[in-house]
Amino acid sequence: MKDNQFFLNLYRMMLRIRLFEESLVDPILNRDIHTPCHLYSGQEAIAVGVCAALSREDYVFGNHRSHGHFLAKGGSMKDLAAEVYCRESGCSRGRGGSMHLIDPDVGMMGSAPIVAGTIPLAVGAALASSIRGDGHVSVSFFGDGATGEGGLYESLNFAALKRLPVIFACENNLYATHMPIRECRVSQPIGRIAEPFGIEVHTVDGNDVLQVHDASRKAVDTCRRGDGPVFMEFMTYRFRGHVGPDDNIQGLHTDIRPPEEVAVWMEKDPIKKFERYLNKHGILDNEEIKGIKEDVSGEVQDAVEYAMRNSGPLDKDLRRYVFA
Amino acid sequence: MSSPRSLPYSLAINEALHQMMDMDTSVFLIGQGVKSPWYVGNTARGLLERFGEKRVIDTPVSENAVTGAAVGSAIAGMKPVVVHPRVDFMMYAMDPIINEAANWFYMNGGRVSVPVVFWGIINRKGEQAAQHSQAIHGVFAHIPGLKVVMPSTAYDAKGLMIAAIQDPNPVVFMDERLLYGFKGDVPEELYQVEIGKGCIRREGQDVTITAVSLMVHEALKAADQLAADGVSAEVIDLRTVKPLDRELIVDSVRKTGRLVVTDVGWQSFGVSAEIAALVSETAFDALKASVARVALPDCPAPASIALENSYYPTANDIVQAVRRLG
Repeated sequence: MKDNQFFLNLYRMMLRIRLFEESLVDPILNRDIHTPCHLYSGQEAIAVGVCAALSREDYVFGNHRSHGHFLAKGGSMKDLAAEVYCRESGCSRGRGGSMHLIDPDVGMMGSAPIVAGTIPLAVGAALASSIRGDGHVSVSFFGDGATGEGGLYESLNFAALKRLPVIFACENNLYATHMPIRECRVSQPIGRIAEPFGIEVHTVDGNDVLQVHDASRKAVDTCRRGDGPVFMEFMTYRFRGHVGPDDNIQGLHTDIRPPEEVAVWMEKDPIKKFERYLNKHGILDNEEIKGIKEDVSGEVQDAVEYAMRNSGPLDKDLRRYVFA
Repeated sequence: MSSPRSLPYSLAINEALHQMMDMDTSVFLIGQGVKSPWYVGNTARGLLERFGEKRVIDTPVSENAVTGAAVGSAIAGMKPVVVHPRVDFMMYAMDPIINEAANWFYMNGGRVSVPVVFWGIINRKGEQAAQHSQAIHGVFAHIPGLKVVMPSTAYDAKGLMIAAIQDPNPVVFMDERLLYGFKGDVPEELYQVEIGKGCIRREGQDVTITAVSLMVHEALKAADQLAADGVSAEVIDLRTVKPLDRELIVDSVRKTGRLVVTDVGWQSFGVSAEIAALVSETAFDALKASVARVALPDCPAPASIALENSYYPTANDIVQAVRRLG
């Protein structure tokens, strides 16, 4: 049952992601942060809605744009901030940076920027669950760009063949780096690619956290019943550049996307949209929203200060962790 | 300790898989041909019947996804062995092997290790041409985070497969189909051959010959021929290409003063170059002659046997290389 606390949790998590991401903008422009940051602003409803349908033991594999996945799956903001600042106290001990976020204790099994590279890994975690019969579900988050990689199609077929409990969660933000989706592929919508493999497909408004959550819960149930995999296409838009605050050239404000298109999507901001819903249904009033925002701002500030206070790995430890 | 029996190399691998899958339910075998009677030789004999389709998984031709799935399962706590019946097809799996598995432990600050075995079978000779014959252990050895083992005997095949499965890191286990019929003493019990340790197959005083996999047998034949001429050759079997048993090689060269490096792969930029560099960096003063190498020419594998005979080095090439040292 959805009670007010459930809605509040969704809202707070979306806000945590947004305010964390936006806190990175100035440090990136000032070159205080060097690691390439692919900001998640605008796509929060997807990570939050999907992960709210998962248990702690379920597996998530991310990609280059995974700050949101890490937080939504239950990773600590301090661990994330410290990793983005490449500190020894980061979730990957400063060896990974923004694109390698992991916390196995909460089922965040890792993220990597090789496009589609982690899709077979998520399939493999689902294979592990299938062999063990442990009932866990695995989620692979990837972007529309990954639909250009062959490994995705191999993975769809293999997962369907073995009926694996894996959710292919495609976040279609309409751009693969600088390339509009229409210049990348003939067949639209993306969800159709899974149909020839006999895979259940959901196409969802990725900016509506409740729709995302409802569809994800059904997908998780399907997988837990042994009727996986499921393919989900979430329609969304990133508010920031492919990498960094602006598109491609940090600090030069070179968004290659048409301003009218950007404006239309800014109106669909998933957080504002959810705020309107919460208001309308009397779950949160503006005063309460303000209070939550102040609270989350404080958490972000603490996390960033924690990261700044910590130091990077020691040079004597350069070759530590090559082998286990 | 039970008395050793003579087993062919392929059945020594088979016994390692049986024993490890029996002992540890997180071990499973995945790859093309594991239910075929011939695809992977008889290395998978009896596994499907004994352990079932959940743990002996034959697959479509999808090296990237299947190898990646093995890696993902290892991240999620399993100990998979993923087999590639021809090394050449592993090229499709370079992303999961190199980008993901090899880097995972490091780039995640040691949070999760990836205990996966990438088993690739080299298929040299037989007029199989360039895409059915390649040995790319040198490529894998180049990558930080990967271990590479290449057994030459039935005993080592079993012991290194067991060690590879039990290792917490990704290990490339590369064997050679031509070795599958080679018989040797193999104890019945579970045992490991330590990864990173080579061995001296034959002791000698005048020259050190290093070899791996099939070339060990050529090197031993060469040592026999050299002995007839009064030259005492020491033959080192690397067993593990990476991490290389540097001490064993350097100590031997310090004793003999001469080195011939052999390899089953290409000579250029490969394992033989690494060993030559190692000795020149650490035991230059001990060398009485330049280091010589006997490996594949910088050329794709030909089909015609007329060309194959010049392409693949033999004991005779090793003997001549030793003689040229003076």
